[in-house]
Amino acid sequence: MITLSHFIVLGAVLFSIALASLFINRKNVIVLLMSIELMLLAVNINFVAFSRFLGDVAGQVFVFFILTVAAAETAIGLAILVLLFRNRSTINVAEIDSMKG
Amino acid sequence: MIDPQMFQLVCFYAFAAVTVVAALGVISLRNTVHAVLSLVLTFFSTACIWLLAEAEFLAIALIVVYVGAVMVLFLFVVMMLDIKQEQVREGFIRYLPVGIIVALVMLGEMLALIGVRAMHQTLMGANPATAAGVSNTEWLGHALYTQFLLPFEIAALILTVGVVAAVVLTLRHRTGVRHQQASQQVLVNARDRVRVVKMAAVTPAPSPAPGKETTP
Repeated sequence: MITLSHFIVLGAVLFSIALASLFINRKNVIVLLMSIELMLLAVNINFVAFSRFLGDVAGQVFVFFILTVAAAETAIGLAILVLLFRNRSTINVAEIDSMKG
Repeated sequence: MIDPQMFQLVCFYAFAAVTVVAALGVISLRNTVHAVLSLVLTFFSTACIWLLAEAEFLAIALIVVYVGAVMVLFLFVVMMLDIKQEQVREGFIRYLPVGIIVALVMLGEMLALIGVRAMHQTLMGANPATAAGVSNTEWLGHALYTQFLLPFEIAALILTVGVVAAVVLTLRHRTGVRHQQASQQVLVNARDRVRVVKMAAVTPAPSPAPGKETTP
């Protein structure tokens, strides 16, 4: 029988994987954006599970809004990435340091 | 005869395993295109898990919005940019221990928290939407268009701003390129282009030009 803990543990595991990715893939902005998507997905799993188990519609409505905002965020983030690559010819985070004093 | 509750649990474990393995693939695959495809698999199996939680509308929305739109955008950008694979994976080994330690510590803390609460676990009860006598989509839509109408409108506005911002950011004006200008084309008048010349219906026979006589 599926319990609430099953869903929350899955969300926690996904979130930790995404967090590890922020440390491991320090060079690649695209993978960093993808790990942010993974984090949002982990949070969404929690929202859906709590909404289901507490019988509250607000959780699923909130997931809907998170999906919306994440889609807009991805579009703008990738646009900035394209702009960055066009100007600097690199997506390496370590080389993007022109604002360093 | 398989117990349906047991079958649900087996399905959950299968989908969860695929999700976690695919998520590990996202962060560790060397080729960025493969990582994006792995993320697609993650989203897909998560949608299956949401179906198990009877959140049908969000599961389909996740597939349509994420797999259909966002991940295609990712793939498009990854293939458009000319990225050297060996450069972007530099420092993978160097930062691997730190990443694993931080992730494991955080996972341990979260699992400890969940474990404390798991003493009095809630089993999956009756579906609240079915209890209200409506489908999941109707249940969600009813809340969305009554209680959450203003946030819904704001979400639409955010999406519009996102589209405009993405276009404006990537728009590039190159010099020396002749573009078609629709506004100029619309503004043009027939008078400026066509000149009507009044002339007689029957023209007189042309007089032979002097010095051009070739026929005998």
